[in-house]
Amino acid sequence: MRRRPLGFPFTAPTWPRQVPRPPAERRTGVDYDTAWARRYPARLARALILDGVTRPVVRALAAPEVEGLDRIESLAAPAIFAVNHNSHVDTPLVMTSLPDRFRHRTAVAAGADYFFDKRSKAAVWALSINAIPIERVRVSPQSTRLANALLRDGWSLIIFPEGGRSPDGWGQAHRAGAGYLSVRTGMPVVPVHLEGTRRISKKGAKGVRPSSTRVTFGHPLRPAEGEDARTVAARIERAIAVLADEQAHGWWAARRRAAGDATPALTGPVGPSWRRTWALGEGRRPTTTERRWPPA
Amino acid sequence: MSRPGFVLDVDRSTPPMLFWHGEKFRLERLPEGSRVVYPPEPVEALADPDAAIRHALLNPVGDSAPLPALLKAGMRLTICFDDVSLPLPPMRRPDVRQRVIEAVLDLAADAGVDDVVLIAALALHRRMTEAELRHALGDRVYDAFAPFGQLTQLDAEDPDAMLHLGTTDQGEDVEISKRAATSDLIVYVNINLVAMDGGHKSVATGLASYRSLKHHHNVATMLQSRSFMDQHRSELHSSNWRMGRHIAASGIKVFQIETTLNTDTFPEHFAFLQRREWEWGPKDRATFLAVSRSLDRTPARLARSIFHGIRSPHQMASVQAGEVEAVHALTTENLYRQQLVEVSGQTDVLTMGLPYISPYNVNSIMNPILVACLGLGYFFNLYRGKPLVREGGVLILRHPTPWAFHPVHHPSYIDFFEEVLAETTDPVKIEADFEERFATDPWYIHLYRTSYAYHGVHPFYMWYWCAHALSHLGGVIVVGGDVKAVRRMGFKPASTLQDALEMASDVVGRDPSITYLHAPPLLLADVR
Repeated sequence: MRRRPLGFPFTAPTWPRQVPRPPAERRTGVDYDTAWARRYPARLARALILDGVTRPVVRALAAPEVEGLDRIESLAAPAIFAVNHNSHVDTPLVMTSLPDRFRHRTAVAAGADYFFDKRSKAAVWALSINAIPIERVRVSPQSTRLANALLRDGWSLIIFPEGGRSPDGWGQAHRAGAGYLSVRTGMPVVPVHLEGTRRISKKGAKGVRPSSTRVTFGHPLRPAEGEDARTVAARIERAIAVLADEQAHGWWAARRRAAGDATPALTGPVGPSWRRTWALGEGRRPTTTERRWPPA
Repeated sequence: MSRPGFVLDVDRSTPPMLFWHGEKFRLERLPEGSRVVYPPEPVEALADPDAAIRHALLNPVGDSAPLPALLKAGMRLTICFDDVSLPLPPMRRPDVRQRVIEAVLDLAADAGVDDVVLIAALALHRRMTEAELRHALGDRVYDAFAPFGQLTQLDAEDPDAMLHLGTTDQGEDVEISKRAATSDLIVYVNINLVAMDGGHKSVATGLASYRSLKHHHNVATMLQSRSFMDQHRSELHSSNWRMGRHIAASGIKVFQIETTLNTDTFPEHFAFLQRREWEWGPKDRATFLAVSRSLDRTPARLARSIFHGIRSPHQMASVQAGEVEAVHALTTENLYRQQLVEVSGQTDVLTMGLPYISPYNVNSIMNPILVACLGLGYFFNLYRGKPLVREGGVLILRHPTPWAFHPVHHPSYIDFFEEVLAETTDPVKIEADFEERFATDPWYIHLYRTSYAYHGVHPFYMWYWCAHALSHLGGVIVVGGDVKAVRRMGFKPASTLQDALEMASDVVGRDPSITYLHAPPLLLADVR
């Protein structure tokens, strides 16, 4: 004898034909609710993942040298970390490089269209890196409200002001999001420069290649009274460019160039794409797998 | 923004419908072509109820001065309030009565009024317990007035506590609380859950004695009240209005405060009750399954205590104060706005699930008489215009209808059920042959005055409440009820809804129109 299949309420109810269906409620993208990922069980799980899995993997893969932590030694949480962006490795690298007082209470602004397009994917990122959805192409009031609320609630925020990974190794023009949040909340912005992550995995790459990296923290920037968000954003971009210069040519040289307003732009030279790629090679450091012979 | 109510035509795509079944729930698949009347969703609550109350007291409607202007040092002030029968289920603290009475007392204190007495307007209902009074009024008010005898409950059988104010132009006796009648000002605090509540009915019924009540709580009046929710077509209200105007003409000043609540009736863990079935998400379905399966295995007493422990998230949706009739007109308008659902045409068979609670069994047992009163007296009368069911149609109720009574709260109900209904179920005959004896029985009067018992005549009123439905309907079927209890009331018992529909076809034919009144939340069918 065939068993009758279980109907409602064991299964979803049928929808009466007479009743128009409301437009499906968007529960992905910026509408994905990440509140659960900041509750204690999720935070505990994330702490275990971050310290037990991510950190050893990052060490093995990126061998990071972290510089400039002394510049933020006296900085109290929360803060906004504005980071240049080349690779998927950037987020775990920054998170594992943050001092303890920030590390377990930091959210990452992640592209809503890429990281939150499916609920399962969104859940993975929300849990593992405490990602929150941010619109990249326009200012979304929802994203802004959430980021504001988190900062006011004591959560720090990692933002990639370029809006996405670099397609060619040069930086992209910064968006005003970090500056805007800083002006709105009065929170300091810490410029962070990552060097070498593109060698591990660049945009479009299929796999990963171990390589050494450098993480450099800059002095925190605070918005001045009445300062415009765009001005703050420009200051952040300049500060990261100075850190990049410091990475390539040393602190003193970078300082002198900055004083003379001659810091090379993060966005690289203007010209045909081959010229930009060619120019990129100048500051390139050898990967750990490359043979270092003869010594420099 | 809450969605309005509507009528759903059942077809193959319609999921089974949720029915109350006392302290249980049932899902029933209705025949294709049936109609379901869905209530509107709860309206927005007032953002700042305390500010709204203060505004209402300072800006009264109708021919009334603001409350502070009516309060003078040395005056006698009596504050009356609705009893435990409202709201249903009891609301979360703070109760609306507490908010309003505290605001009134603040103004009275500012004006230097010393002689203040609070009266629970019980009429012939049971007295409230200390816990119920504390819940309704809050600890601050209770502790400030109860220990000094200034928080009282109406004793309509105390000859020294009642005052006869004469008769209306139709010869109706008007007898109300002496303390209230001899006060310089009565402030009456209402909770208006349905359009029937409030208006002149507050003082003329809530503070009245049997001598006065019998003029409108009788079979003839009930038969001419079509319905109780439509004041202009309700003889019950006409009589109360005559009495209220007589009270006003006697020089008694009433400052009426009426509040409406939104229909957000059940807390989050019963959210599925207020959600349309096709919108039940996995959480609703899981909660329903867990709750209904557990309740099916829960002893009745425990299930009752679980349900009576529910504190409703009702919130205040409006408050208006001032002259009685102007206030009530505004209240009725607000209630209609949040409860009316337009329904075109009557039906042959009306069906409904009855919940565990009615106005007269708060913290008590829903005995068979109260089941009848809730179904035939209240739910049947949730209409404006014409009854939902046609004359000669059938009403199908779903309730376990246990042969069980609360011996403290409902002693006269037991005798009414055992003795009166065993002889006849005809309200006219019952009124003529038995009412006087029960109403004047010294033992019932003693229990009403000193214990927590409803008055001896109260079960009669419950039965009269059904009179209009009984005269209008061709039959009443109770699904899942105690067979003997159902038969005692002259109704027919059925095991399933299908059986009940089959039985109904004997009265209304083989292809009847069927309408299901879906509640909660509450609704009022505007039948065109």
